[in-house]
Amino acid sequence: MARQEKPVDVVLVGLGWTNSIMGMEMTEAGLDVLALEQGKDRDTVPDFAYPKMADELTYGVRLKLMLPPAKSTVTVRHNIHETAVPYRQLASFLPGEGVGGAGTHWNGHSWRPMPEELRLKSYVEERFGGDIIPKDMTIQDFGVSYEELEPHFTFFDKVMGVSGQAGNIKGQIQEGGNPFEGPRSEGYPLPPLKRTYNDDLFTKTAKAHGLHPFPLPAANASEAYTNPYGMQLGPCNFCGFCERYGCVNYSKASPQTCVLGALKQRKNFAYRTGCEVLKVELDSDGKKAIGVTYVDSKGEKVFQPANMVILGAFAYHNVRLLLLSGIGQPYDPVSNTGVVGRNYAYQMTGGTTMFFKDKEFNPFIGTGGNSTTLDDFAINQIDFRKEGFIGGSYFSAAMTNGQPIRNMPLPSGSPSWGAGWKKAVKENYGHSMGIHTHGSNMAYRDCYLSLDPNYTDNHGLPLLRMTFNWKDNDIRMTQFMKGKIEMLAKSMNPDSFKSSYKDFGTNYDVRHYQTTHNVGGSAMGTDPKTSVVNRYLQSWDVHNVFVVGASVFPQNLQYNPTMLVGGLTYWAAKAIREQYLPNPGPLVQA
Amino acid sequence: MKLLLNVLAGPALLLAASQAFAADDAALVHKGEYLSRAGDCIACHTKEGGEAFAGGKAIASPFGNIYSTNITPSKTAGIGNYSYEQFEQALRHGRRADGAFLYPAMPYPDYALLTDDDVKALYAYFMHGVKAVDTKAPKTDLSFPFSQRWGIRFWNWTFTDSDSFKPDASKSPEFNRGAYLVEGPGHCGSCHSPRGFAYQEKGYTSQDDDFLTGGDVGIWHAPSIRGGKGGGLEGWSVADITDYLASGRNRHTAVVGEMTSVIEHSMSYMSKADLTAMATYLKALPGQGNAISDDKAATDKTAKLLNSAKVGKDSGERLYLDNCGACHFTRGEGGARIFPVLNGNSLVNAEDPSGLIHVILAGSRMPSTKAGPEAVAMPGFGWRLSDEETAKLATFLRQAWSNKAGSVSASDVAKVRKTIPQKVLNESKPNVQ
Repeated sequence: MARQEKPVDVVLVGLGWTNSIMGMEMTEAGLDVLALEQGKDRDTVPDFAYPKMADELTYGVRLKLMLPPAKSTVTVRHNIHETAVPYRQLASFLPGEGVGGAGTHWNGHSWRPMPEELRLKSYVEERFGGDIIPKDMTIQDFGVSYEELEPHFTFFDKVMGVSGQAGNIKGQIQEGGNPFEGPRSEGYPLPPLKRTYNDDLFTKTAKAHGLHPFPLPAANASEAYTNPYGMQLGPCNFCGFCERYGCVNYSKASPQTCVLGALKQRKNFAYRTGCEVLKVELDSDGKKAIGVTYVDSKGEKVFQPANMVILGAFAYHNVRLLLLSGIGQPYDPVSNTGVVGRNYAYQMTGGTTMFFKDKEFNPFIGTGGNSTTLDDFAINQIDFRKEGFIGGSYFSAAMTNGQPIRNMPLPSGSPSWGAGWKKAVKENYGHSMGIHTHGSNMAYRDCYLSLDPNYTDNHGLPLLRMTFNWKDNDIRMTQFMKGKIEMLAKSMNPDSFKSSYKDFGTNYDVRHYQTTHNVGGSAMGTDPKTSVVNRYLQSWDVHNVFVVGASVFPQNLQYNPTMLVGGLTYWAAKAIREQYLPNPGPLVQA
Repeated sequence: MKLLLNVLAGPALLLAASQAFAADDAALVHKGEYLSRAGDCIACHTKEGGEAFAGGKAIASPFGNIYSTNITPSKTAGIGNYSYEQFEQALRHGRRADGAFLYPAMPYPDYALLTDDDVKALYAYFMHGVKAVDTKAPKTDLSFPFSQRWGIRFWNWTFTDSDSFKPDASKSPEFNRGAYLVEGPGHCGSCHSPRGFAYQEKGYTSQDDDFLTGGDVGIWHAPSIRGGKGGGLEGWSVADITDYLASGRNRHTAVVGEMTSVIEHSMSYMSKADLTAMATYLKALPGQGNAISDDKAATDKTAKLLNSAKVGKDSGERLYLDNCGACHFTRGEGGARIFPVLNGNSLVNAEDPSGLIHVILAGSRMPSTKAGPEAVAMPGFGWRLSDEETAKLATFLRQAWSNKAGSVSASDVAKVRKTIPQKVLNESKPNVQ
């Protein structure tokens, strides 16, 4: 028998970006809110204290801020005919652990989606004709428009103190910004970060080709800043320890620096750490959640009654919880029935590294969002019919860090160990820069998430199984980008360059870091036959369960997901406060 | 608020003949609560982890520990049996109900300025707005002759003035409100005024030149807070002072040491209008020129050296670059409201370097307040820096940019280190397996 806790109005599963925001919104609505976080409590000081974080071996290689696979992992396979095996060593993607979640160890790339991406299927059909969509590609519209989300993006920009240069304010194109972005109601809260040498070189090259370079929108504060919650950021010092690290000096936006201090002041908010939620409990007819069951740090099972459950764990954890709780029909790709687990997608990335004997880049002067980017080959700029693929990428010439273990690019042909390797390191450290592509990944009928039939976790519950592989459409997209990037690279006259892009026949390989942008599996949408949650992120099946996070994307954007994740969370919170609380029930009739 | 509702429902107010009267009483209790915040009663009358106002906190004095009393309405352990007159005597004149003299650790010389209306509100609050706690606070037991409370009578004759506050008709209402709050309930002079030979504050009002020119509280320097020409806060605007009192931070600095709890439990609860009044009053007090003025040439010189990174391997400059530069930068300029400016900083330049040493070794955390919810923290470096290194670093800080303060020795550091628990010294130490 599980011990029973005092009931609350709202239970939040996970305490990262999404549920920090939900905590603010729900407490503001006067509700009693409890967050349950599986990992440890973490605070800027002492957990991310200077100089503790500047330790590449501990945090960059041994990944001490991530969820250890021994505690929880997924199984992976390429297609439905294979037997999936556990992802035992973190590499391809890095789920965060503890309070703050992935919001503590990200780089800070804060992109709004293009308006076209939120209605991708409609955009393709209207602009090029639906016949160009491959048979097994299952892309959909999000069911919410850019215009509806714009005020929430603007607010989340302010919460995070994003440093950038607007390109389109109310339809007016702004010099130095991204001319292809959706219209903003106002500019960024902070000016762009200071530019480094690689930024200047790339800007010059891109402009010479008639392209439109602009500073990457970065959640690394270019100046001291106070956000709408009264939370503060310090000026970024370009220490070069963003990705995989907590920020040592309050410069990178995270739940800790932007939300939690204000949230913890509220008497109607509480949180418990070391509490792993196993299941959302439903009433006898399965139409309403009555709370959650979790295991606390002592291993005791606890039932936490609640009037509302908001799932805001890492993307695929949300999907697993829905499956374990029996909320919604599990997806089956063979019969093409069910929805939970459908439309899992990832991110297509690649890049070219150039070597220059005569240029000094000082790569140790870097920050997560230090990059000059361009959107000339983004989703709304490409003729899909002509190029033969659906998708797009942004290009990024970034200089985020000069960490010696993992950031030691060497020219092709350099020995990988011994005296020859040492010589190559000596000759090349600080003499290279890269141009990378970060692109969309479409959804396909046989790329999905389900419960694994063979492997269980330490509670005896099935692990989540990921069935995923690269498809020709997305390979064509990245090969197209390769051509463009190599053209730019050659015109920069490097002594040599080397490229790394996925090619036809490349299988998904979990052994190399790609991105932690795992999306989909609990897609949002307008049709309960093809989505798990409605346009307000409310479960179609259990009206007092809401799902927030990238698991609601029906396919992946060309961009990093955080800004859309935050915008959608504020959007859902508004619907809960204005529509659901006065009149609990389905917000959209199925 | 819950407390108040309980009070309203409780027997104390059953005597009230009408709803309106009860509402008046509730308003009076509420006003008293606000004044108790202004006076920060809770700070001394609550021990670490203890119940609010139940006393028992040890107040260090040059004569030994003085234990604060239980001032809850408990009839057995607190002041539940005090009549209004007895309460007034204790608060404004330092006389207990049994006639004994209170030690002036209780700032009754400042509270003497309180108006009758405010004393009545405080009485209402302590009788009806505070939860009774029946735990007796320990008795204060000082050594002879300080154990002889009757002697305080002579101290009172010599050093206190028992008139309540008289507004200065030639000044604005805002100035007068600020003067009342600073000199009276706020009792800022308790820390920020120098003490005389008998441990009396040198001056209690703006009429006294020594008033608020700075004092010492343990190892912490309580700087001059006179904001006029030559005052310690000459470079701060009214908005800067208000921001600091509301949130413990502003564009120049952040709170450290004993003032942290004053911000957290007292000042951050004050209305913006009252804080602005206090700031207005402080800005009207000229000083004796003890603020450090910015010496641009000297500041440029230090910044240039740090920017070049051509510094000795074991130098204070190198220690600064490796430990401090990440947040405070090479001009010592920090970041507005988050990283204090070290150039001209009063703590860095204090005559006694112990406070600065303490911050380097143990770090410091801002309070979480309504106006500044983030408890921004500086990690401690005591796990990392030896006494010798800390002394070198502190000496560099005290002579860098425009700063002009004396050198620090390893033994100065060792003295402070001894007072810091090992757990605190190691809090930010990496835990590398």
